[in-house]
Amino acid sequence: MSYSVEIKAMINGRSRTLNVAPNQTLLDVLRDEAELTGTKECCVVGECGACTVLVDGRPMNSCLMLAVEIDGAEVTTVEGLESEDGLSPLQAAFLDEGAAQCGFCIPGQLMSATALLESNPNPTVQEVQEALAGNLCRCAGYEQITKAVLAAAKEVGHE
Amino acid sequence: MNRFEYARPETLAAAVALLEEYGSEARLLAGGTDLVIELRNHWVEPKIVIDLKRIPELAPAIVEGNGILSITASTVMADIVANEQVQRYFPALAEAADVVGSVQIRARATLAGNICNGSPAADCAPPLLVYDAVVVVAGPAGIRRLPVDDFIVGPGKTALADNELVTAIELPIPDRAYGSAYQRLTRRRGTDLASITLCCGVGPDGVTRLAYGSVGPRAFLVTDESGALADPNIGIEDKAELLDGMFHLATPSIRSMRASPAYRLAMLRVLGARALETAIERLVKEVA
Repeated sequence: MSYSVEIKAMINGRSRTLNVAPNQTLLDVLRDEAELTGTKECCVVGECGACTVLVDGRPMNSCLMLAVEIDGAEVTTVEGLESEDGLSPLQAAFLDEGAAQCGFCIPGQLMSATALLESNPNPTVQEVQEALAGNLCRCAGYEQITKAVLAAAKEVGHE
Repeated sequence: MNRFEYARPETLAAAVALLEEYGSEARLLAGGTDLVIELRNHWVEPKIVIDLKRIPELAPAIVEGNGILSITASTVMADIVANEQVQRYFPALAEAADVVGSVQIRARATLAGNICNGSPAADCAPPLLVYDAVVVVAGPAGIRRLPVDDFIVGPGKTALADNELVTAIELPIPDRAYGSAYQRLTRRRGTDLASITLCCGVGPDGVTRLAYGSVGPRAFLVTDESGALADPNIGIEDKAELLDGMFHLATPSIRSMRASPAYRLAMLRVLGARALETAIERLVKEVA
């Protein structure tokens, strides 16, 4: 008997059908089956946020979800942030502000920040810090990351 | 992670039937923020994982009716934080839900899961105790309701039988002014397990209800009916002895790495005083 379940999900705007084992996490399936390796594996206990993706628009730790749970859902990974026009304003702001040092936490930071700006286009410093409290940066580049999010908010606000 | 079967029942009856079939070999999945860690670390090795999120009766909802605010089993912390009725009637629950984990955890973790996991440090246990929450449980014999104080048993243990599941948590809406507040002690602000969780509620009848967790095998509820703790005209310094007595059930473990027993006991008094003062302020404001 095959130990897999067929699931359908919109991943980065594209309808995907995947065969997943019930004991695979969403993180494993994104990286190993969907070949979306932008999402990072780090603490695997939901504390560091490196594996953050958006599921139906909400940031979640993909290490704490079974892949079968996304059947019928919409998933956005860091690969889905770029559009035909290039990097998203947030990604561009991360570059401009030098927010990435080693870069490992950045995909997760970008996903949490994307969700924040969707729901709150003009966040305060405290709101940015709270929104990113579930995303750890071992380089401790929090200052630049916060600045980048605020800069992106400002830029989008001016459009 | 070991192999397990995965089931996604679409009715409550089907979920209960699976529980009947598999008993202790089944694990229930709602948010999964505890379960997936347990599965990966082989702390639990179930034959089947039953995902409850496709059962219509359990779908995320916070509904007011007959003097009760009912929160279904799939409702996540972020929705509880944002809910106006929760904010209005049960502010300490909104405050507790708002400090669970991180934004990512709050988008996934459920209130029902928080108490079903049975952690002595469950953030939402103290407010549920203070507000006299009722846990709605479905099993082969139908639905039963039990006070959250009876539902919570000890570390990792609840009153839930192997063939039962929680469908909702019901909160009786206070029929008069009520002041309440939540306090929590952690080592850092974001994403940490609590060293103390505490909730205080005061009513116009002078009764003070105080619940505290992470300082013993489970969260405990104590009450003061003398009226002295709730009295807005008595200074907090003059309540110190009475307040100290409220913490007689606290027995913090020496083995916990998060905080020493002495520190927890000292901070219980500090957090207790803060929550009491805030609860009284809120009651006074509501009555005015």
